[in-house]
Amino acid sequence: MRNLLPVLTVAVALILAWYVAVVPMNAQWERDQAARAGTEIGFSELVARTMAQDRPRLPAPHQVVAELWQSTWVEERHGRRGWWNTGTLSNRSLVWHGWVTLSATMLGFVIGTGLGVMLAVGIVYNRAMDASVMPWAIASQTIPIIALAPMIIVVLNSVGITGLIPKAIIAAYLSFFPVVVGMVKGLRAPDAMQLDQMKTWNASGLQGFLKLRLPSSMPYFFASMKIGIAASLVGTIVGELPVQQGGLGVRLLSGSYYGQTVQIWAALFAAAILAATLVGIIGAIQRATLRRMGLAP
Amino acid sequence: MSGALALVPPWARLVLATALVVALVLILRLPTAGAPDPRLLLLLAIWLGAWAANAWLVAAFPGRRTGALAAVIFGATLIGLWELATRLYEVPRVILPPPSMIGARLVASTELLWIDVVQTFFKGALAGFAIGTGAAILFALIVDRFDFLRRGLLPVGNFLAALPIIGTAPIMVMWFGFDWPSKAAVVVAMVFFPMLVNTVQGLAATEAMQRDLMRTWSASWLQTLLALRLPAAMPFIFNGLKIAATLSLIGAIVAEFFGSPTRGMGFRISTEVGRLQLDMVWAEIAVAALVGSTFYGFWALLERRVTFWHPSQRGR
Repeated sequence: MRNLLPVLTVAVALILAWYVAVVPMNAQWERDQAARAGTEIGFSELVARTMAQDRPRLPAPHQVVAELWQSTWVEERHGRRGWWNTGTLSNRSLVWHGWVTLSATMLGFVIGTGLGVMLAVGIVYNRAMDASVMPWAIASQTIPIIALAPMIIVVLNSVGITGLIPKAIIAAYLSFFPVVVGMVKGLRAPDAMQLDQMKTWNASGLQGFLKLRLPSSMPYFFASMKIGIAASLVGTIVGELPVQQGGLGVRLLSGSYYGQTVQIWAALFAAAILAATLVGIIGAIQRATLRRMGLAP
Repeated sequence: MSGALALVPPWARLVLATALVVALVLILRLPTAGAPDPRLLLLLAIWLGAWAANAWLVAAFPGRRTGALAAVIFGATLIGLWELATRLYEVPRVILPPPSMIGARLVASTELLWIDVVQTFFKGALAGFAIGTGAAILFALIVDRFDFLRRGLLPVGNFLAALPIIGTAPIMVMWFGFDWPSKAAVVVAMVFFPMLVNTVQGLAATEAMQRDLMRTWSASWLQTLLALRLPAAMPFIFNGLKIAATLSLIGAIVAEFFGSPTRGMGFRISTEVGRLQLDMVWAEIAVAALVGSTFYGFWALLERRVTFWHPSQRGR
């Protein structure tokens, strides 16, 4: 709570800076319009107009918020194709696009995390696996594996696999490697003293895993899950670009095709809200878990 | 049972178990599918053989060098199996080309690949990396002087670093045009906050006692910064630089998916995927992997030279 005032100040300063930037970014177009009409344009009028353009170079914050509201609540509640009137989500609303992205992200994240944990257990308990697989898992963190995304989408599409699955595969492999590396670190977190203690208690391998290694890996597990879900979301958005079947990535791309800047910004903010919510949920689970385990205040 | 198991050396247990499972599957399949597919048997035999060799190596000669050798054997086996499988099963080239074809393409189009590397890495990613990290370090020095600003910016910066900033690519393309400046701008936006957060944390890494000592020597702000706080911040700064190194190439490639001149790695990947020239796509990915790991490795090596005193760098 000590940080609340500074954080709010910084946030307000950012929004103010944004408003200030709107005027010079959009002024040229207004001046051109005025010159074409042969009229002079005053400063106050210029400011007012730059805040309310149809296709601004930089939309004002309130325009983005209005577009977000328009394409979620208004579209679903009052729109002809909205949920209120038809019982199904409108394909023009950000709720629907966000859901398309979210479902692929979550499916991929769950698969990637599950496989990652399994591989990490294998690496920790098998020396050969450690020596053969671990260097590649670490190296894969330094290369832009997201470059594979368009190819995976198009190739799977050509063999008849479309929709959710290809995007989920991309989301899965992007969250896979951070989880492997984090979990290996976490499962190795207990020191020799603690492992010896388990041995003096005559604990079996399974008990050692469940009662010592797994609990002590939890902080690492949650930290890598936060990285993993953010990576999954980026992977899904990029995976939506080549085949346009809905999703926030499609909103971004179609917005840039048709010069709908406000739509791009709204989609960008929807993606940001989605990412913040997902990371926030994992953070909440992390706090609850660590508190029950006595690892956090 | 456990007595029999104890006779088997530990390194062979996994191989034995896999072989048993494979045998079981083959036996169960036999009545319906007839004789087992010899191609599958060949691939499995190579896989198990390589795995057994690795397991034996690691068990017989423990040490770092053996570990590296095992990793190389593992990678070579995967590529060998990929080559063999695509040839044995005659996988269409538009789905998965064999590695030899990718290698041939790599050699044949070196010139084109180099043009793409120059466009995407040396112009887009590197310019964005330099501007973004440089600006973040300078800004961190300002933030560091005001505690209020630091307490406000750290949570906001951490929050922004987790967001999909790559989504700003279409906006940057609109603002800065199709060529590399828009890619550099995306990279700047992506690397700025992780770098800022790391540097600010690093500048706070000195202890009050150490800062007091500098004060007793009546050292100026600049002297304290150069002699004490920047060196102490180096592990954090290099951590930020390594994160930024990975992000910069990702940002430059993905930004090209939203529009680019007719060169660049992202451009080449998306157009060659559209033409189903997958060998070119894989060649481009191999180059991206090489460039990415080299760039990261450069910073990791420099880190080892600069922060040789840090516990994480000692005892190697």
